[in-house]
Amino acid sequence: MKNRTHISVENLNVYYGDNQVLKNVTIAIPDKTITAIIGPSGCGKTTLLRCFNRLIDTVDGIKVTGKVLVDGDDIFDPQQDVTAIRKKMGLLSQRPFPLPMSIYENVAYGPRIHGTRKKNELDVIVEKYLKMANIWDEVKDRLHEPASSLSIGQQQRLCLARGLAVEPEIILADEPTSALDPVSSRNIEERFMELKNRYTIVMVTHILRQAKRLADYVVFVYLGELIEHGPSKEIFENPKEQITKEYIKGIIS
Amino acid sequence: MNGRRLVDNIGGKLMLVLTVLSGVLLLLMAWGLVAKSSAILSLKPLDTLLFSGNWNPLRGEFGFFPFIAGTIWVVGVATVIAVPVSLLTAIYLSEYAGRKIKGIVNPFIDLLAGIPSVVYGVWGVLMIVPFVKNYIAPLYGTFSSGYCVLTAGIVLAVMIFPVIINVSVEVLNMVPREVREASLSLGATKWQTVKKVVLRRAMPGVIAANVLGIARAFGETMAVLMVAGNVAMIPKSLMDPAYPLPALIANNYGEMLSIPLYDSALFFAALLLFAVVFFFNLVSRAVLVRIEKGIR
Ligand SMILES: Nc1ncnc2c1ncn2[C@@H]1O[C@H](COP(=O)(O)OP(=O)(O)OP(=O)(O)O)[C@@H](O)[C@H]1O
Ligand SMILES: [Mg+2]
Repeated sequence: MKNRTHISVENLNVYYGDNQVLKNVTIAIPDKTITAIIGPSGCGKTTLLRCFNRLIDTVDGIKVTGKVLVDGDDIFDPQQDVTAIRKKMGLLSQRPFPLPMSIYENVAYGPRIHGTRKKNELDVIVEKYLKMANIWDEVKDRLHEPASSLSIGQQQRLCLARGLAVEPEIILADEPTSALDPVSSRNIEERFMELKNRYTIVMVTHILRQAKRLADYVVFVYLGELIEHGPSKEIFENPKEQITKEYIKGIIS
Repeated sequence: MNGRRLVDNIGGKLMLVLTVLSGVLLLLMAWGLVAKSSAILSLKPLDTLLFSGNWNPLRGEFGFFPFIAGTIWVVGVATVIAVPVSLLTAIYLSEYAGRKIKGIVNPFIDLLAGIPSVVYGVWGVLMIVPFVKNYIAPLYGTFSSGYCVLTAGIVLAVMIFPVIINVSVEVLNMVPREVREASLSLGATKWQTVKKVVLRRAMPGVIAANVLGIARAFGETMAVLMVAGNVAMIPKSLMDPAYPLPALIANNYGEMLSIPLYDSALFFAALLLFAVVFFFNLVSRAVLVRIEKGIR
């Protein structure tokens, strides 16, 4: 398995005020695979993920040094159009946050913003991505009801469809199943397995078994430092660092 | 029962009593206004009182329409000025301003809220009246003393800025950060996010904030009294004087009471104001409480 690098992080440092939460992180995230970022709570996983689509910009008092290259372009370059960078990436958050509008409008929101206006085109897009997120059958008769009327698990799949509808190349997911019941979690995991041939998926997870099940590539972060990264098999079966071993055995968490 | 529990118990009961008392006070006030205005209500049909333009207390004619129209004009102008300005300010403060700017601006807004209305009145007389007289009226090609609907509207608008801004900012801050992030992560610009997602989600609360501000404008006696001109006629334009209800009450209560029915008429005016302000407040508070509890 030798994929080209899709996201490349070089000497990334992130500070919240004086508090440095990422320390000199360098990784290469391969194209069209699932990469899992694992590590104990508060070690900077979410922060790292939020650097990739520059949502980190929205935090007051943030300082970022170093580079994040997506397809070779430095996304923190001030010349870059941040909306174009974000359009390349769908985001799934810890809890689903549907937009305050109907199910249909949630999916149509992104394409609308990027210039698709025609009703029939939008209809096609909405159906296509709701199907891709495996929620079409459940909602096809209630497309115009508010998205908040769905169950949490359905909302998360709707959010997946919403992200896919802007035709991203990358899916970023921050503990996407942590608020879901087991059945809904499995549903999301299955979607990821289907999608990984077409998208680069980067997911943060607390659940080691989930990382084992899904990930091709694993990144282990501890206290803001990148300890180890490599193919899933290597990390789980043959970690190089003592601290990785302990984390994987559950000695530290 | 030990001492601390006793104190706790008594404290709780006392607070309950005080809460009930303020409710009772409100009822008493309403009842007093109704009782006092019943004299005029029993003699004149309600629609004459509300919609007749004849105000001639000496001849026993009590048509409140000029005052009602004056109130609506002045509050209308204040609303037209205050709503967009305070809404944009609130959006700026909650969505765009950094911590530093907020730290500078917020105390000023609170200060604005704390200024007594009589000071706003004086400010209106000193600054807005001459401004309207010398610059705005000539622009219209008319003469105005400066004591007019527009002046009163401007002064009231400034008075209700802080109410609308503060409540709107609070409501906007209640929209979860993640909802904004969801929109941004789809490649929406900040303004698209604000317009299509944040405002949409916050809309009931924003409306409530505005209604609260408008309710305040209805009742602001001193400011309006000092700058509106106080001529009992139906205003036809922004440059005409107006005689809003609060000014009518404040100017005449205690002065003209030798005229039969006059005091009852003033109580009726007060009842009208009370009812409108009470209703507006009730509706907007109910909406805000629901939002705070997360019912949508
Ligand atoms: N907006 C913020 N302002 C200041 N400090 C922050 C902010 N967000 C996160 N931090 C701090 O940065 C560190 C890393 O946080 P981050 O959310 O990236 O960790 P995480 O690995 O995702 O944790 P978890 O597993 O609990 O989600 C934490 O110590 C946290 O307190
Ligand atoms: Mg996290």
